Amino acid sequence: MPPIIELQNVSKEYHNEDVVTPVLHNLNFKIEKGEFVAIMGPSGSGKSTLMHILGFLDKITSGKYFFEGRDVSTLEDDELAQMRGNSIGFVFQAFHLLPRTTILENVMLPLIYTNVPEKERIKRATEALDSVGLSHRLQFSPGQLSGGEKQRAAIARALVNNPSVIFADEPTGNLDSKSGLQVMKILQKLNLEGHTIILVTHEKYTADHAKRILRVSDGEIISDEQVKVRLIAKDAEDLVK
Amino acid sequence: MNLLENIHGVWNLIGRNKMRSFLTMLGIIIGIMSVIIVMSVGAGAQSLIINQVSSLGSNLVGVLPGKSDEKGPPASAFGVVITSLKSDDIQELLKEDPHFIAATGYVKGTDTVAWGDQKTDTTFVGVNADLPNVEDAAVEKGRFFSDDEDKGSDKVAVIGSQVAKDLFGDQDPLGQTIKIKKTTFSIIGVMKMRGTSGFQNQDNQIFVPLSTAQKLLLGIDYISFARLKVDNAANVNDSMDQAGTILRERHKIDRPEDDDFSVRSMAQGLDAITKITDALKFFLVAVASIALIVGGVGIMNIMLAAVQERTREIGLRKAVGAKNSHIVQQFLIETVMITFIGGLLGIILGVLVSYFVAKVAQGMGYSWDFVVPIPAILLGCFVSIGIGLIFGITPARHASKLDPIEALRYE
Repeated sequence: MPPIIELQNVSKEYHNEDVVTPVLHNLNFKIEKGEFVAIMGPSGSGKSTLMHILGFLDKITSGKYFFEGRDVSTLEDDELAQMRGNSIGFVFQAFHLLPRTTILENVMLPLIYTNVPEKERIKRATEALDSVGLSHRLQFSPGQLSGGEKQRAAIARALVNNPSVIFADEPTGNLDSKSGLQVMKILQKLNLEGHTIILVTHEKYTADHAKRILRVSDGEIISDEQVKVRLIAKDAEDLVK
Repeated sequence: MNLLENIHGVWNLIGRNKMRSFLTMLGIIIGIMSVIIVMSVGAGAQSLIINQVSSLGSNLVGVLPGKSDEKGPPASAFGVVITSLKSDDIQELLKEDPHFIAATGYVKGTDTVAWGDQKTDTTFVGVNADLPNVEDAAVEKGRFFSDDEDKGSDKVAVIGSQVAKDLFGDQDPLGQTIKIKKTTFSIIGVMKMRGTSGFQNQDNQIFVPLSTAQKLLLGIDYISFARLKVDNAANVNDSMDQAGTILRERHKIDRPEDDDFSVRSMAQGLDAITKITDALKFFLVAVASIALIVGGVGIMNIMLAAVQERTREIGLRKAVGAKNSHIVQQFLIETVMITFIGGLLGIILGVLVSYFVAKVAQGMGYSWDFVVPIPAILLGCFVSIGIGLIFGITPARHASKLDPIEALRYE
């Protein structure tokens, strides 16, 4: 089986009028199914751009990007949109839940764009919310939820399409430490259940919850190693099934 | 994702922002409402005029001084006074063509008429003794003046019911004398109430013999208009031709192109009125349509602002798999739905207002039909959808072209 993600000599530069800004240089790495990888680096290091490329939100300038063995560097916008809908789940630092829309409908959103019938949508969204411990909040709107609950709802949304990879971009960045721990615990649980998870963070503490850390600096990978002393989030387990 | 689901989603969205959605719709509501009102009230007003004209009967022939195009308005409509038509012309027509069974000429003037201290502004009409027959008008009290009184320029008057009420109140006007233009007339009859019809109150006028009005009140020897009654509607066209021939002979005219008069039937009159009122109606609809365009631009503006405001939502939708076409569809449906709902509300309001206008007009005694023009309603529906499509496409494309990364970063 091919790796889920394989980058070969991937570079990215931004062209703004005549100014060329290089962002990523010659990246080469693989991520296998079931891994829990943290991409870590200071702001401006290019880690966000890397996540956008891996999540089909941005395109590479040169090199090859294989996703589950398929070369995605040449795909059109609509095909990329389809890939995002089918194979990727995003968790953002700012949650990005639709306001004035129930949590259930928010979680159902990715299923709408992949043509899942309505009954199936409700069933899968309910299950996803159940697995992050929010089955009592289905009809709430995001404004009625705490920060931790919002992020758990966002994880449910990332999960609902049963994607190949879940990307979490600073998922604990807007949360207090207790809620942050809950979120990390859920991510670890999902990884344990077989989900591939890529975490983007600038914090060593958060990155240490992953199994492997890719350190990015100035657009290059400066280290790629397994986490030696892995942190396991245990707090508040009663909130999570 | 199918269309129905999209519509359902957008419906919820509109429902969550009721106030703003309503304000957005307002331009369209007002625009469609104005179009409906103009078309419906216009049709009502048209029916009023046509009802009035045709109530006079379809076997009437009018003779007007001056040549005029068959379809166009007569010269007198432009304020031109033509003095070529005389009362004798009309009497001659009555004599020559056996199909003409009654005829009267008309001259009109206005004055403040006095009885003692009581005064009222009214119209005095000089007519021949045949008028009750020509206009199917009945006398309530007393009698109409006779042919002899007409020929003898007697100072007698038959007053309309409104005049009777205004001047005499509960007292009996018969035998009383009134002053019109300083000339004293004795009242010999009161007309039966005819109702307000058209733009003229038929009850607020005084009939006096034609020759009296010409000589004593106006100082003229011509008539401004004449009506002749034909025995049978089938003979109208023949009699019109006949009238033309007779009048040409009397006025020593060789070719019809040189006519100094025109003969019209009621059908032609109706035709001309319909054409004029139609033109007026379309002009008003065009004016009302400007409101629609303004409304459309307003909606485009608000939708562009909505795209800006929902940048993050658009970015998120793209991140979870929405294609550009999904975003275009979503925004376009939203705009069309707003304009369509606005259109429906506008139609309902427009119909209600038109109904109200019709009821008020009917209550005032006008024979005003309440007409809901189905074409106007269909037009309203299609136009409101069309405006949504036209003014919605720019904001929708704007939204779909947003870069999802930028959109997600947008605060």
